[in-house]
Amino acid sequence: MSAARRILIIGYGNPGRGDDGLGPALAAMVEREGIDGVIVHEDYQLTVESAQDVAQSEMVIFADASMDEAGRFSIVPILPVPSPQFDSHSLSPGTVLYLALTLFGAKPEAYLVSIRGYEFDRFGESLSKKAEANLAAAAKRVFALLSESVSSL
Amino acid sequence: MSKTKVIEIEPLTRVEGHGKVSIHLDDNNQVHDARLHIVEFRGFERFIRGRPYWEAPMIVQRLCGICPVSHNLAAAKAMDQIVGAPRLTPTAEKIRRLTHYGQIMQSHVLHFFHLCAPDLLFGFDADASMRNVFALINLKPDLAMQAVRMRKFGQEVIRATSGKKIHGACAIPGGVNKNLSIPERDALLKDMDQMKKWAQGALVIARDYTLENLSMIERFATFSSSYLALVREDGALDLYHGALRAMDGGGNLIFDQADYRNYGDFIMEEVKPWSYMKFPFIKMRGRIDGWYRVGPLARLNCSGYIDTPEAAKALVEFKSLTGGRPNHMTLAYHWARMVEVIHCVEKIGELLNDPDLQGEDLAVKGDRAEEGIGVIEAPRGTLIHHYRVDENDLITYCNLIVSTTNNNEAINRAITSVAKSHLSGAPRITDGMLNHIEVAVRAYDPCLSCATHALGQMPLIVEVFDTSGVLIESRTREK
Repeated sequence: MSAARRILIIGYGNPGRGDDGLGPALAAMVEREGIDGVIVHEDYQLTVESAQDVAQSEMVIFADASMDEAGRFSIVPILPVPSPQFDSHSLSPGTVLYLALTLFGAKPEAYLVSIRGYEFDRFGESLSKKAEANLAAAAKRVFALLSESVSSL
Repeated sequence: MSKTKVIEIEPLTRVEGHGKVSIHLDDNNQVHDARLHIVEFRGFERFIRGRPYWEAPMIVQRLCGICPVSHNLAAAKAMDQIVGAPRLTPTAEKIRRLTHYGQIMQSHVLHFFHLCAPDLLFGFDADASMRNVFALINLKPDLAMQAVRMRKFGQEVIRATSGKKIHGACAIPGGVNKNLSIPERDALLKDMDQMKKWAQGALVIARDYTLENLSMIERFATFSSSYLALVREDGALDLYHGALRAMDGGGNLIFDQADYRNYGDFIMEEVKPWSYMKFPFIKMRGRIDGWYRVGPLARLNCSGYIDTPEAAKALVEFKSLTGGRPNHMTLAYHWARMVEVIHCVEKIGELLNDPDLQGEDLAVKGDRAEEGIGVIEAPRGTLIHHYRVDENDLITYCNLIVSTTNNNEAINRAITSVAKSHLSGAPRITDGMLNHIEVAVRAYDPCLSCATHALGQMPLIVEVFDTSGVLIESRTREK
């Protein structure tokens, strides 16, 4: 496995639906930095084939919008978990990890970045002001995490 | 006056997006009606007004994260007319076809193996803990793996022709953004033999399931209907381009070779107060009898033949089941879907060996027009995009009839049929019964997606109301 395949960031959500685009927005910020060893994917949602990409990585960061009112963002380690229900529209990061484990025998270190959004019901390519601020705060922490992880590889 | 109670299933599981089913029972617990309620993106048609026309093929991808390619292509076909490009360059048309076949293949594979296979393998009445993809992985890990890899292949076809998932786009007004490089082609070609083999295996599974369970399938949401699909000039299946053909339940043509730019002469849309989704119908047959089905079953019923060898053989076998007459079995959608997977894989193989894909002539323009209508056969059925543009290049009108909307009445009838068979008179509603309803809906592979999601959403809620609106029973199944 080459070093360039080691860290994968998957930002998912629909940028056409306001703050639902927070995940892809974070992915775009990381991509612009062009960090060696970091692969960036963006998608509308997590799907089964994401498991194959995850299985080829040593560390994975999932980034998504959140409606959780607890904070502006969170970064938590996550493990493979089979969801009781499964559909292609709302595959969870834990389910993707579970598929990577059961189908490909891979269990990368994984984190979920949840960024608080506020406006999900409008069509539009822009983020709300509050979501933009949350994105900036989350990105700072993600870059720190990436910096530690890249230097340790 | 008899009392009616209403059972609501919300959201449906293992369908794309989410909707709600309400089942109306009378005093004796007999089903007399069932309805599918969907939150659809009607706001989009207003949102896009005032935007430059060339943005449309890109923006419409945001409509649905499930099939962005379909919306990109349908919008681009409409915009081809706006920019005066009735005929694309060979490279542009073939690149568009390639991405379209990749999209349909990966969509069908995911639906069959990961959304429907648990029902087919374990039975509709099986415990919910068994009726999911994880049980499939445990029982048949090779199949689950094949599905992921076939899906991945289809996505790689899309990536090669479109660039990035979200910020890329294959089609633009009058052509395409890029051709296919030799390295991109070769990367795909190396997997072709494997894809063909797996597609054949999937077809065998779907066919054998249908034949081995025929007596059940003939009774499960089977009803006569009309069918609508694009077909080629010679009547062959064509998923990307053609003219409209509609046939009635007896196989008689209602219209044929209808120019889709005149779709308004053939199809009308009705609005009903209890659903956000429109109810289209064939104009000459009227509101009551004019409803129809679209999608894989409709396409095979409407098509005279298929122009790739393995799919052609599969179509002959499919049609022989009903003696060449239209197949009305809702669950035959699965078999039809796998016939189309074979066709798509064969088409991808043909195209990858075509040097036109490396051509440099990507887009054309001609005389500017003010109106454009694009139609394609999306994975779930006929998809119509209609736009008008003013002299400042801004969109002034947009009308979309998406595939699931075309199947709206048919899905409602399927639900009603199954509810009458399995829920009427039952002392209580079981998970297995509810799943029968969902199996009927899932067969159409409806996309109820609003393309929006956020963490922590979408539990399954079942609510029972009496006629006065009082909640008498509520059950929640967390996703």
